[in-house]
Amino acid sequence: MRLEYDVTAGDFTRAGNASSAIKKTLKQLGVSPAVIKRVVVAVYEAEVNIVAHSYGGHITAEVAPEGISVVLADTGPGIPDVQKAMQKGFSTASKEVREMGFGAGMGLPNIQENADDLKIETEVGRGTTLTIYIKF
Amino acid sequence: MKMRDIAAAVNGEVLCGAGRLDEEVDYAFASDLMSDVLTIKTNDFLLITGLANVQSVRTAEMSDVEYILFVRGKDVTEEMTGLAEDNGMVVIRTDYSMFKTSGILYGAGLKPVY
Ligand SMILES: Nc1ncnc2c1ncn2[C@@H]1O[C@H](COP(=O)(O)OP(=O)(O)OP(=O)(O)O)[C@@H](O)[C@H]1O
Ligand SMILES: [Mg+2]
Repeated sequence: MRLEYDVTAGDFTRAGNASSAIKKTLKQLGVSPAVIKRVVVAVYEAEVNIVAHSYGGHITAEVAPEGISVVLADTGPGIPDVQKAMQKGFSTASKEVREMGFGAGMGLPNIQENADDLKIETEVGRGTTLTIYIKF
Repeated sequence: MKMRDIAAAVNGEVLCGAGRLDEEVDYAFASDLMSDVLTIKTNDFLLITGLANVQSVRTAEMSDVEYILFVRGKDVTEEMTGLAEDNGMVVIRTDYSMFKTSGILYGAGLKPVY
């Protein structure tokens, strides 16, 4: 099963819509709540990153009997130093983003922790693509 | 601790889930940082936050957290209570500060998540 969503940059009122829809689908499919939480927390953090740090993006979730693979691709500034960005506490979030309750620099490390596999492809000046895989 | 007693202890107003005030919650976590909340592995806790926007309710939804207490008398919009209702949450608001709220509830026996 394939699910697709567009993500608009800067629109915090809608940030989480895709993650919420994925959550409902996994629930209907009878995936265990503990696994759903890991998927949804990882995807939500990545979705918020698109809203907060990029110019907009697209989410494609591929659900198979053995697991879920979610690709979150954005156009945007990219991440100059991925290793640094993966450190807890590192954030370049704007004041607006911080006012929304984000910008602790905890998102990427938390995605890493929840995912069975995380791939980050990024090009400065072009954009970033995260691929998150979680086994059921 | 019963949600009803939590609401009473902080002189709180129940905005959502008034029918579920007999439910018990043992743990609480207080933060205005949503990514912080998203690192908590359990989901059976009361989220105490001064961040009153749609994203705080969203974060609770993603974390499977069913109990939210908004502090500092923040305005809770219809969009927020709507989202909370859709997800079957109990939402309480108090005028007390985060510190005062946490102190009272800690003293009343609510346990920290860590
Ligand atoms: N999609 C992206 N495009 C460009 N930069 C990004 C993207 N995702 C993350 N980053 C960069 O990596 C940093 C760390 O990201 P991370 O998600 O860990 O923290 P944050 O978003 O700043 O705060 P938090 O996630 O705790 O709310 C960001 O501050 C930003 O500089
Ligand atoms: Mg982030």
